[in-house]
Formats: sequence, C-alpha cells, structure tokens
Amino acid sequence: MTRQMSGAQIVVKALKDQGVDTVFGYPGGAVLPIYDEIFQQNDIRHVLVRHEQGATHAAEGYARSTGKPGVVLVTSGPGATNAVTGMTDALMDSIPMIVLTGQVPTFMIGNDAFQEADTVGITRPCTKHNWLVRDTNELAKTMHQAFHVATSGRPGPVLIDIPKDVQFANGTYVAPAKADKGHYNPRVKGDMDKITELAALMETAKKPVIYSGGGVINSGPAASMLLRELADATKFPVTSTLMGLGAYPASSDKWIGMLGMHGTYEANMTMHDCDLMICVGARFDDRITGRVDAFSPNSKKVHIDIDPSSINKVIHVDVPIIGDIGHVLEDLMKVWKSRGRKTEAEAITKWWGKINQWRAKDCLGFKQEGKIIKPQYALQRLEALTKDHDRYITTEVGQHQMWAAQFLGFNDPNRWMTSGGLGTMGYGFPASIGVQMAHPESLVINIAGEASWLMNMQEMGTAMQYRLPVKQFILNNERLGMVRQWQELLHGERYSSSWSESLPDFVKLAEAFGAKGIQVSDPDDLDDAILEMINHDGPVLFDCLVEKHENCFPMIPSGKAHNEMLLGNASTEGAIEAGGAVMV
Amino acid sequence: MNALRIKKGASRKSAYDLRSTYGDEIETHTLAVLVDNEAGVLARVIGLFSGRGYNIESLTVAETDHAGHLSRITVVTTGTPQVIEQIKAQLGRLVPVHEVHDLTVEGPSVERELALIKVNGVGEKRVEAMRTSEVFRANVVDSTLESFVFEITGAPEKIDAFVEMMRPLGLVEVARTGVAAIMRGS
Repeated sequence: MTRQMSGAQIVVKALKDQGVDTVFGYPGGAVLPIYDEIFQQNDIRHVLVRHEQGATHAAEGYARSTGKPGVVLVTSGPGATNAVTGMTDALMDSIPMIVLTGQVPTFMIGNDAFQEADTVGITRPCTKHNWLVRDTNELAKTMHQAFHVATSGRPGPVLIDIPKDVQFANGTYVAPAKADKGHYNPRVKGDMDKITELAALMETAKKPVIYSGGGVINSGPAASMLLRELADATKFPVTSTLMGLGAYPASSDKWIGMLGMHGTYEANMTMHDCDLMICVGARFDDRITGRVDAFSPNSKKVHIDIDPSSINKVIHVDVPIIGDIGHVLEDLMKVWKSRGRKTEAEAITKWWGKINQWRAKDCLGFKQEGKIIKPQYALQRLEALTKDHDRYITTEVGQHQMWAAQFLGFNDPNRWMTSGGLGTMGYGFPASIGVQMAHPESLVINIAGEASWLMNMQEMGTAMQYRLPVKQFILNNERLGMVRQWQELLHGERYSSSWSESLPDFVKLAEAFGAKGIQVSDPDDLDDAILEMINHDGPVLFDCLVEKHENCFPMIPSGKAHNEMLLGNASTEGAIEAGGAVMV
Repeated sequence: MNALRIKKGASRKSAYDLRSTYGDEIETHTLAVLVDNEAGVLARVIGLFSGRGYNIESLTVAETDHAGHLSRITVVTTGTPQVIEQIKAQLGRLVPVHEVHDLTVEGPSVERELALIKVNGVGEKRVEAMRTSEVFRANVVDSTLESFVFEITGAPEKIDAFVEMMRPLGLVEVARTGVAAIMRGS
C-alpha cells in the first residue's frame, strides 16, 4: 500500500519495515523532524550516545553480534564528519551499517550554510555506497535500497544524506517488497567446475590447511556450521584471521590458533609448509601474509570470497571461487561426499605429527612470577572465570587486543567484536554498548588498554543512562604498549610520546559517572576482583595494573616470512631490517 | 545479452587469453564502463583511481542511453596485468556500475579521439599548416587572417602526430576529447 506522509515519517516507517529495533544517534538541527517522529513512537529504541563516533562503533557492535545491520542517525556537518571513522572501520571490516545524516535544506546546499558539509563527498570513499535524497518521493525507495546494498554481497556501511526540507515535505511511502532495489545483486553461488576442482585437490592434499576469515561469520551461522563439518570430516587443520575467530571452535582439536603477525607459531608454520591452502572468506591482509614473495611458497591456493576484487589482489591463487561462503561450502561438501569422501588420511596424520611438534613449542607460554600482574595472566584468568558464561567480547586496539585474541577462546561466531582492518583505538567501549543493547542479559566485556579506552570514555554516560552493565577490562600499563614495543624493536628504544601521563584515577572516574570502579595490582587478588566485576549488576571500570614493559609475542617482524617468527624477547635483536621498517 | 554487445573470453590476438597474470610489464588498456547516470557517479570512478593509485591516461563520459539513464565511461589506463585486473574488479564492485569491459582484451576495437587545434601564423607557415591539415584530413572550423582552428578525428597517435607537425607552425592551443572506443564487428 502506498500512502502520503512526511519525509521524517517515511524514514521511521522504513526503519520499522526493515525490522530495525535500535538506532544509535545524536540529534541536531538538521535531523530534528526525524527525532520528532522517533519521539512519537515506541517500536524503535533510540540510544543517545555522547559522540557520533560512539554511535557508529555501537552500531558496529550491534551488527556484528546479531548479524543484522546497525543503524546510526546523526545531524549534518560535524555530526556526519564525526561518523567518518566508524564508517571507514565498518568498510574495512565488512560490517553492514546504515548511517542517516541530516543535511541543510536543498536550497541552501553549496552556500556554506551553518553545519553544512559535503557529506556524500566526504563519505564516498568510506561507504559502500551513499545517496543524497533531494525528493521526498525518492526517500522510501532509497531507504530500502540502502538496506539491500548494506547487507547483500560483501556487507558494508551505506549513508543516506537527507536535507531538512525533504524531511518536512510530503511524499509517497513504498513498502520494502514493492521498492525498486536497483540492479545491484552480487552472485552467491560459486562456479561448480571450480568447486569440483577444489574437491579434487582436497582428495590428494598431504599437507592441507583451512585459512578462514570474517567472511564465514558474515555469511551467517550456516557457514560456520559447514566450516565445522568440512574440517571435522576431512581432519584438516583450521586457522583463522582476527576477524574470523569463533567461526571454528577454539575448543576443537583441529584448531591451531590465529595466524598472522601475532598468531601462533603452529598456525604460521602450517601456512608456510602446507601444500593446499583453502582460504575461506579471508583476504590475504598484510598482517596475515608477512613477506608476500615468501608466503607459503609450495602450496596450491584456493580462495573462496564473495568479492571478486579480493581475488589475486595480494596473493596469486590457483583456484578462485567467487560466491557466498555458505553456498560454496554447501556445494563443496555435496561434491566431495558424492566423490566418495576421500582424503589422504595417512599423510594427513603425518602432517598432524608435524603440527603437534610446532605446537609443543608452546609459543604463547609466559611466566607469572612475583607481585606484578602479567597481562597474559590477567586474560588467562578472565578466560577461566568467564568462559562458561553467555559471553561477548569487544576490544580496543593494541597489545591487549592481540593478547585477547591469543588467550580467549571463542566457540561460536558473532561473539568477538574487534577493529581488524582499520585498527581503530576507541572502538571497543562503544561497541560493547551496542552489543549489550542487542543482548541485554549477556555478559559483555570490553578488553581495553588505558589509552584506547580514554579515546571514547565519554560513552560512560551512555552506559549509565541505559543501565548497560558493560564490563571495561582495562589492562593498564601506562603505555601505548604496541607503539612502545615497535619503538623498542625498531627505533632504538627511544619512546617518543608512547607513555600515558596524567592518567585519571579510573576508580574515581567510574564513580564520577555513578558506575563501579575496581583497581587490582596484586596477582593474588585478581580472581576475586574479576568475580566482583562479573557479579556487579551495572557498568564496571576494571583497572588492572599490569607489567609495563611486556611485549606481545610471538611476532612476525614486518618484512619477514611466516617461518621467521620471533618467539620471545631474546630473539628481537636486529629482527627488522631496513626494508621491513617502512611497513607499519 | 549484454548492453555493450561484446563477446567475452577472446583476446585480441587469439581465442584464448594467453597473457601471464604475473607479468611485470606495464600495459595500456581501454576500459568501457556502463554506469547509472546518477549524481556523483563520475566522482566515484575517479575517486577509485586516485584513492588506489591507478593511472588515468584518458577519460570520457556521456549519457549513451537516455531512456535507461545509462552513461558510458571510456577510460584508458596503464598498469601491470595484475593491476589491470584489480582495476576491473574494483570498478565492477561499485554499486552504480552495470558492466565493465576491457576492450583491449576482449577483441579488436576501434578507438577515436577528437581534437580542436589552434594554430597562429602568416605567410609560408600558414600555407604549410593548411597543407598538412589536408594530409591528416583535418577540417578548418574557424579561421582569421592569422589563425586556424582545425578539427581532427582519429586514433590518439594520429592526433599526437598532427600536434607535433603543428608545433613549429605556430601551435597555440589544443583541446582533446579523450578516447571513445567500441568493439569491431556485430
């Protein structure tokens, strides 16, 4: 049914019809008509953040933990520019997100009006697509198209810029089913010939590995189930990128840990020595490959990805399969089964012998001694005390993020929210708010460093206002730990601006917001403090004072290959050569 | 049937694509990109090239299907085979892009460019400019007692050659449209 309503009403109606229940936003002059409509209804909850960047990361957290798109509503000018970081983050990590921005009225566009910015111009490179709607009659169609584009193919952020006069004017509403979605329709089914080729390679591989990524999680729960079926049926080892953690359970014996710069020794050695690499929804990022010309030199490489531009971008692959992971894995299992479920079982058992030798290195080993808490120990205890909870983890960016990836185990998809591609400090806290909004009864923990956490600390107000019991687990080393580590390895231990001076008293800071603060510095008090944090019904700022100069290992130094990992401090001398130093 | 009537899979020299995907040689390719004629679409394409560090040697754009609101962008670009493949994949992933065709690979094509060239001169030089323009089949579209504006159409190399010929004869200004290209045959 079509009917006339104001642009602002169309926006809210379209959101409802798209199944949106939560919007993260911040009002301002150019979105007042939409806020007025939100005020007059009860189906959509609006979460008032304290900064527009917080809204975007909260929407990302919501999206990643639910599989549904996150929705952001902000005003023109500074509202839109503040949202740019979150959109770029969502683009890099393929997170579906719809950003609605107000704009000055159409007749004032281009006049340098108050709070005017060229929003579609600024956000063109950091969205999957964006629209400026100049006619209220186009608004409903554009809203529905935006959801279609954001959620189909490789997901990503989209933006709709809505001038204020378009919000006030009347236009025709069109329901989602009747709206023209345009020609954008990426294919989801993979080429059967290529899938058969992969099945044949699986039958003869002696040293296979499955390298999975965030694409498995984006494809939906079915893809994760199929990945498990594939690995369990073939006994192939599974490693994953940072983005893909949880798609394959960490508790499985086929799991060899995360790969890449701070991945496990066994995962990286397996990648280097394998003869068949099955890349499932990952993109050969520079954190994964290390030195490209020495990347897994003797393997046949198969790449399954929904985005054709990911194929052969960094690494030349032998068998590219373009399609949705769920669809491709389903077809792959059918083909492989119909061909008799063959693998080189004996060779694969031998391969596991080799992998277990690498495992025996215990590359994540550390010693908790004395009265100072090692960050790894704090995470190990957190894991032990929370793993049986209905738990969601977000992180900020830095050493703590890598340690969290190494020491926490994820057995299900959508439980791990981290800024992988863009590496946005300040991501984790607002993301934890978005996750808690979607899962009010679950335990939501943000693993943070003190410096990252301060970048979006204003969101304490949001957590308090909406009674969101998010736990902020801060590993406080009074340093920008990862920057410090690189300066130690690369810049002659000249620690330029990498320490956190004038830090707040985090306990008092929590109390100033009306939240609970806990500080712990003695390893013997750690367990009790963590339990106190978990059991407190409300937001907690957990200030865990840790060893200040701990480095994150293992590490592939930049410019080096997978088999040149550093396992500990002793091996760092001269590890990065001039050529590698230019890489970040 | 695709809107550009281009057969897929064949290359200029052979029925098979025999180029190594790993070549280091810089190649020049002409791409035809069919896009929705909507606000900002050209900025998207140009932003893609500048943002990812690709080259644009020539770019032309105009609406070619008024009923369907489709524009055709012809872009001449250079890069290694891997970069060319990336450019095509990246273009293909833009939401308003309908089709991307690599005219250099998909079969023989015709490339033409139009240029307007102003030459000032009197006496012998003026006569020589006129004579050369006839050899190149350029038309005079404006003339004064001491200047000509020539209109010339042809492959980019032909226009380059004509411009070089005019340089010593009083070349003042050159305006070029960039390349328009289309597949040969039906």
